[in-house]
Amino acid sequence: MTTAPTPVPTSTAADLSGGGGTPGTATPASPAAPTANRRRKAGTRAWLGALPLMVFFAVGFGLPAIAIAIGAFTTSSDAPNGGGTFTLSNLTASLQGGYLTALLGSIKLSALTALVGTVLGLPLAQAVATSRWRFVREAVQSGSGVLANFGGVPLAFMFVATLGNAGEVTTGLGLKKYGWSLYTFDGLAVVYLYFLIPLMILTITPALEGLRVQWREAAANNGATTFQYWRHVALPVLLPSLLGGYVLLFGASFAAYATAEAMVGSSIPLISMQIGDALSGNVLVGQGNLALALGLDMIVVACLVMAIYLPLQRRSAKWLS
Amino acid sequence: MGASLWFSVDDYHGGVTFNAYTKLLGAPGFLDALYLSLELAAATVVVLLLVLVPALLAARLGAPRLRPVVEVMCSLPLVVPVVALTTGIVGVLRWGPDHFANSPLFQTFVAIQNPSFPVVLLVAYVLMALPFAYRALDGGLRGVDVVTLVEAARNCGASYPRAVFSVVLPNLRSALLSASVLTVALVLGEFTTASILGFQPFSVWINSYGKTDGQMSVAVSMISLLVVWVVLLLMSVVGNRGRKAARS
Repeated sequence: MTTAPTPVPTSTAADLSGGGGTPGTATPASPAAPTANRRRKAGTRAWLGALPLMVFFAVGFGLPAIAIAIGAFTTSSDAPNGGGTFTLSNLTASLQGGYLTALLGSIKLSALTALVGTVLGLPLAQAVATSRWRFVREAVQSGSGVLANFGGVPLAFMFVATLGNAGEVTTGLGLKKYGWSLYTFDGLAVVYLYFLIPLMILTITPALEGLRVQWREAAANNGATTFQYWRHVALPVLLPSLLGGYVLLFGASFAAYATAEAMVGSSIPLISMQIGDALSGNVLVGQGNLALALGLDMIVVACLVMAIYLPLQRRSAKWLS
Repeated sequence: MGASLWFSVDDYHGGVTFNAYTKLLGAPGFLDALYLSLELAAATVVVLLLVLVPALLAARLGAPRLRPVVEVMCSLPLVVPVVALTTGIVGVLRWGPDHFANSPLFQTFVAIQNPSFPVVLLVAYVLMALPFAYRALDGGLRGVDVVTLVEAARNCGASYPRAVFSVVLPNLRSALLSASVLTVALVLGEFTTASILGFQPFSVWINSYGKTDGQMSVAVSMISLLVVWVVLLLMSVVGNRGRKAARS
């Protein structure tokens, strides 16, 4: 190792020696030129370090995105007049009839389950966050992580075993008499809640931990009841996080596929199910690109959701840091 | 308190007898599906770390302007629903027979869909795990002053690779570990892409098999959830202990 100067002294040296090292003022031997060179080289090397990620991203994410963008607006290759001509019919078809019902059904289910998940998740997260036993906190946190990310198929089967037509609880309590069925909109909503509530707990806990004890003490010293503290202090501070959590839950519920597929197949109209069907070939000849148009619809909705979420998250981060 | 714990980790096991567990190992396709899932999980972790760690380090050490670029790249997969991503992948795969049928590229399209080790799934999984792994690693990097560490190592005469491998990476051990475990959990549980593309890893196998043998599917589901949960729990306990030891 010959020379390895730290950036701080050399950068001041570069500044002192007449800035920028233009060819007129600095001779090639002056310290400015090699420093600038080295720094530029470090910059390029850094970009080289990111190169694998960029290449991977371009292939893994860019190509599918292009495929959707092109496919959604062109006729598919098995169409009668050949593939590749520009058309809007995929997109209009994807917003009509059964597909529109499915899209609206998905939105309705997501909005409802996200609302219930937010309302139920908040007190549960509060109970967990203020728990005195660290082990309980960690057990619930990691358990939530498992259910929220890993849930899917296993969760669906457990529900079938529990509340399905021959499920333990269904037969045990005779729920069928009251018109209960797991394979309906409501049943699906109940199952969705089992991965949405853990997700809410995961999202809202950092915000709850950010609530200062002093705020509560100050409120108590001023004679506020617990209700008043929550109404006037805690909830207003938490509001952006809560809304953000709601939006995130909406997104998760909207994108969910595994649970519904394992449980009800495509008997309940949901956009993700429709896409799955379209991709497995259950569509008319010549409409192969319909699935891509449906995917585009979904991405548009998801982007709208994110456009609401990101600013909210930034606002709550400002308060609770 | 107890109710909330019960609620969030509750898994009502229905009529499970041990019979279902013992039958499990002999079930057709069980081991194949499990191997495929484990192989995919391992490969995903390796590729993910190889791709992500250099980029994150580069963004910290060399070019601050890289940071927003990396962040956007790692957050975008979160925005696009998995089903939609899958449609895109199917669209790309269709290009193979449509446009490249007579070119050498066609062999590539066939190779990446090899059912015994589908590279397509690997790519999709790395993309899906990117946001979570990024969060974990970024959090870890935030706790470590990488720039100072590398400079110190360089001043002591270490080369760049040496500084990264023997100084920076050991400091990031817990972040690397949690990123890997999250990824493994995600790959083992992933269903959407694999089932639409027609491959059969563990989760798809549970689904198809569970429709014929309900009891066993519940048994498998129980085990898989419990195992992942225990692993995550152990990790958080070990991670905490490490942090405490470092502080004292």
